[in-house]
Amino acid sequence: MILAFERPAIDWHAVAPEIVLLSVGVLITLLDILFLEKARPYMAALSGLGILATAIPLLTLGIDGTERVLFDGAYVVDNFSLVLKAIFLLAGYVVILLSTNYIVDGDYWESEYYGLLLASLMGMIMMASSRDLISIFVALELLSIPAYLMVAWRKRDPKSNEAGLKYYLMGVFASAVMLYGMSLLFGVSGTTVLSEIADSIEAGNGSSSVMTLGIVFVIAGFAFKVSAVPFHTWAPDVYEGAPTPVTAFLSVASKAAGFVALLALIFVGFYELSNIWEPLIWILAALSMTVGNLVALRQTNVVRLMAYSGVAQTGFMIAPLAVAGHSLTTGDQALSAIITYLAIYAAMNLGAFAVIITLARRTGSAEIDSFAGAFHFAPGLTVAMTIFLFSLAGIPPLGGWFAKFEVFRVLATSGEAWGYLLAVVAAINSVIALFYYANIARKMWAEEPSENDLKNVEITPSLVSALAICVLVTLLFGIFPQLVARFTEVSLLAFAT
Amino acid sequence: MLLNQFLILSAVLFSIGVYGVVTRRNGVMVLMSIELILNSVNINLVAFAAFREAIPGEVFALFVIAVAAAEVGVGLAMVLLLYRNRRNIDLARIDSMKG
Repeated sequence: MILAFERPAIDWHAVAPEIVLLSVGVLITLLDILFLEKARPYMAALSGLGILATAIPLLTLGIDGTERVLFDGAYVVDNFSLVLKAIFLLAGYVVILLSTNYIVDGDYWESEYYGLLLASLMGMIMMASSRDLISIFVALELLSIPAYLMVAWRKRDPKSNEAGLKYYLMGVFASAVMLYGMSLLFGVSGTTVLSEIADSIEAGNGSSSVMTLGIVFVIAGFAFKVSAVPFHTWAPDVYEGAPTPVTAFLSVASKAAGFVALLALIFVGFYELSNIWEPLIWILAALSMTVGNLVALRQTNVVRLMAYSGVAQTGFMIAPLAVAGHSLTTGDQALSAIITYLAIYAAMNLGAFAVIITLARRTGSAEIDSFAGAFHFAPGLTVAMTIFLFSLAGIPPLGGWFAKFEVFRVLATSGEAWGYLLAVVAAINSVIALFYYANIARKMWAEEPSENDLKNVEITPSLVSALAICVLVTLLFGIFPQLVARFTEVSLLAFAT
Repeated sequence: MLLNQFLILSAVLFSIGVYGVVTRRNGVMVLMSIELILNSVNINLVAFAAFREAIPGEVFALFVIAVAAAEVGVGLAMVLLLYRNRRNIDLARIDSMKG
């Protein structure tokens, strides 16, 4: 049987952001090949401009506001995906600002770096729209494979090699296990589109144990991506070994991408089977918060500390999912709470990394002790770092406060005993977290700087803009929480009954 | 059609792959074990697709094959990099970072 190929109808406006980003990525790669060294100084600016250009069609889509469904439901552009694409683009832009002047250190070629960064970003904005097992898988690999390479960027540095290989092996293993789960899901439901999987579950296929196994494998695969305990073991080593701007990118954008996929799968695909995924998420959330915070307490390296703090923050972010299946209203609230958290977390974590990058370049080490007395030689950075640290700890009126508040609100209003218990675990953990965040701030403000001062702190214009964006977002969202709430009130449960 | 035989084959392959990833210390052997898992996925997908007469499964398998090739390309490059810097690819000895 020969089928004539029929071009599917494509809504070009809906995929315009992807097309713009792809063109910029290709353009950068071509310029690199054609002009080699001559093009090098312009690459960072060009990729930054490319990201800003990508934001234009995103804005027009947001103003237009209609939900666009492409490829029989495999690719959907709705408010949920637009908000997340905006978060990804902003995070990507800040990471490019942080990478300028940094990646080239040690005489490494930097043009491909921006090409890889844009490719990874492309995977992320695709992930935000994917509502199909195949497109989720392809988006996941598109965002992961460039990230493996970026982690191993410092080719001659054994630590960077080691981090790259560890990230690669564990990442590929996790995605292979996730794929096995996806093949089982396809086997039970006979389709790869998430909304059709939901229909098949409703038709009675949900009780099959193969379906349960598939869901568990898929959730485990994405738990790796968001570095939830017990799938977090890669995070500290990779964060420490990778170039720090890449670490910032992984800890924010890559984590958010994992969350997006998890949200799409759970809310569009498996929502009916909450008895399977709720306990799983509950355990992941409670473990991540507790283990992440307790191990963070005894870290002496700031980047490793941020890695474990990131694991603990994942626990907070994932917690509302543990009660999301209670009712449709709780589900919607949980979704908004997670997106709010992701947006605020992106700003404060990127900001903290911006300060770490600058201060660590001065001494060449990321030990907490080398930050001692930072107020004496870098007062501006110290104030900014204090804002980010207290925001991460959830102190009002900074952004992190509102994010945590939303999580507690969902947990406490769900009316489930498990929800209350998780809220208690989260509350205890907030207190533990405050201890190590405040410890860094105390060292920076109160202690005297060590005598062997090496270099002056080098603050570049791109770094100042990155910091300004992060401080502004952190403060703005904390003081006017209704601002972020206006954007994050989206729903994925339109199809669920 | 006998679906079970294919599923058992793929489950066995999957288990061998996971065992290999967990126990092998040579970087290339771990890569091969991961390939085994990916192939067990492909068998699953194609068997289910044939059984249910659903095309998406075969399409999915093609995507898995293509992406796996890209992944292995990156993985071998990384193992090579490690070999250049250390003259061995024993994963148990890659432990400069701890805590």
